[in-house]
Amino acid sequence: MAKTRKPTLAVWKFASCDGCQLSLLDCEDELLEVAAAVDIVNFVEASRAVAKGPYDISLVEGSITTPHDAERIHRVRRSSKLLVTIGACATAGGIQALRNFGNVKEYTSIVYASPQYIETLSKSTPISDHVFVDFELRGCPINKYQLLEVLGALVHGRRPVTPSYGVCVECKRRGHVCVAVAGGTPCLGPVTNAGCGALCPGFTRGCYGCFGPKPMPNTSALANYWSAGGMKRLDVVRAFRGFNASAEAFRRESELHDT
Amino acid sequence: MTRKDITVAYLARVEGEGGLSIKIRDGAVAEVKLRIFEPPRFFEAFLRGRTFAEAPDITARICGICPVAYQTSAVNAMEHALSVQVPPEITALRRLLFCGEWIESHALHVFFLHAPDFLGYEDAIRMAADHGEVVQRALRMKKLGNEIMRIIGGREVHPVNFRVGGFYKAPARRDLAALAPELEWAYGCAVDAIPWAAGLTFPDFEQPYEFVALRNPDRYAIENGRLVSSRGIDAAVNDYLQWFNEEHVEHSNALHSVVSGRGPYHVGPLARFNLSFDQLPSPLQDAARAAGLVPPCLNPFKSLVVRVVELAYACGEALRLIRDYCPPDPPAVDCRPRGSTGHGWSEAPRGVLYHRYRLDDTGHIQDAKIVPPTAQNLRMMEADLRAFVAPRVDMPVDRLTWECEQAVRNYDPCISCATHFLKLDIQREG
Repeated sequence: MAKTRKPTLAVWKFASCDGCQLSLLDCEDELLEVAAAVDIVNFVEASRAVAKGPYDISLVEGSITTPHDAERIHRVRRSSKLLVTIGACATAGGIQALRNFGNVKEYTSIVYASPQYIETLSKSTPISDHVFVDFELRGCPINKYQLLEVLGALVHGRRPVTPSYGVCVECKRRGHVCVAVAGGTPCLGPVTNAGCGALCPGFTRGCYGCFGPKPMPNTSALANYWSAGGMKRLDVVRAFRGFNASAEAFRRESELHDT
Repeated sequence: MTRKDITVAYLARVEGEGGLSIKIRDGAVAEVKLRIFEPPRFFEAFLRGRTFAEAPDITARICGICPVAYQTSAVNAMEHALSVQVPPEITALRRLLFCGEWIESHALHVFFLHAPDFLGYEDAIRMAADHGEVVQRALRMKKLGNEIMRIIGGREVHPVNFRVGGFYKAPARRDLAALAPELEWAYGCAVDAIPWAAGLTFPDFEQPYEFVALRNPDRYAIENGRLVSSRGIDAAVNDYLQWFNEEHVEHSNALHSVVSGRGPYHVGPLARFNLSFDQLPSPLQDAARAAGLVPPCLNPFKSLVVRVVELAYACGEALRLIRDYCPPDPPAVDCRPRGSTGHGWSEAPRGVLYHRYRLDDTGHIQDAKIVPPTAQNLRMMEADLRAFVAPRVDMPVDRLTWECEQAVRNYDPCISCATHFLKLDIQREG
């Protein structure tokens, strides 16, 4: 099929820290090539030139936390052929989804007592709760090489290839000593999706779950193992309530211990 | 009545979501508003109940552009609370990691976010078509900053190796030493860029700022120091809140910080440069002077040149730290929880970042307060816009709009950061 024009790329921000879209600018060696392969037509963090849609590819960073954003994401979806969410906020609600737990009622009443904050929803939700998402890129932050893989794949019309196994696989492959077994350090590696390159065990610390749950994670076995080793109940809760606290498997496990 | 409105719905080339509206009535500036609509994320609320050890990783997520500043201010505050003194090897390694963040952030802001304004481009990618070499060199410097963070911290955004008490693992000497040749190149490249930056055209605009920055007795302040100002503030970290007040304005999801009883103030590279110029190495002082940059510099647009000077400083300082590097052993000192309050700060690329935590006996956070640099600059940014627009009301709207955006970008604003402490207000009302 003859290409008549370069695909257009738009980058959108919702509630987030900007780190995932910064990852695109962090592709120093590839940035100008990316800019040559796709037309970056809407990337407010980098350019004041903004073109109207529709867009071939939209990268969406951040979670939905306001009524306005809950509307805006539908407009983004309507103007995008392919919508890819980037990072833990967009795929799982992010660290700000900690508001979804525990004292929500009390907290919401505090929030809504002040008219300035009436625009704040009581929950932080992932993009897929609101619109259809074509592909999700995990991580807090995302791995920039996975971002390049996604862009490359979409430009060439193939499916992106990202790992669908746990951090343990990456960790073994790198030859790190197991921090959990050898060091007794709590590690979320067995239940967390690969993608970071098993960074934390490489620094002799336990994985803290940046990439969210892997497919079919046995979170209960891990939690029971920790509990048997003497970990306090609330520490188990906190371990699952990090940057992917609202991802289904982590949320469920943390709630089992939060009694 | 003649009306003219400048509206920027969504400010570009800044970090986070904000807009700008200026109303001109009968040739006078009637209203200036920097609208901050970045959604609040309530960090101080959910920090409550987390352990002291979690603060550096959690607060890093406030900002993907200056996570090391958040981690540093958090560990400074926690170590203050727990009465922990880290050995100089750990402080030096933190400073080196921080230099990486300064290099990355300054290279990004100077060449990608700010310089396009001065050269008349919408962005750096368009600028690259005519100034390819400048952009390529900037990318290479930015990459080097990221590389420092990757070697010490594991990754450039939200490094994983930082902890209260030190590091999880000290990097090997040879891994850091391998960066030296590239740092030497970057230092020379940044020094060469000083006259280039000074040769840009700057609007004729000066303001009588009160500059506020950290000052360290030994060296240009980055990871710690005392707080000083050009109008006599000289404060230890636990006195921060006695000097500054936060005011709530309707149009902003961020509080505005002012010097108590005095008004707005200016934090960031220009403040650091003006207050600690004497601590820059003499070759850099000479290079700045040769480019016509001498303290006090009161033109905020020239913060671009100052960032280039600081970029060179960070490269030279990183080089020195790598040459002197002695891996801390053990990489972290033991930290035992105790009930107390700790204060900490550091110089984020865009200015002073203050943290305060109250801990219970088991080391759980009872209360947290975070004052990011952009929140401290917001009031000043509005004051700048008011003063900047007043003599320029007759300029074509398009041109004036762009120059106003440029004036906001002088501060390298980080709106995601600025928003996260509005929750403090909520808690007071609760």
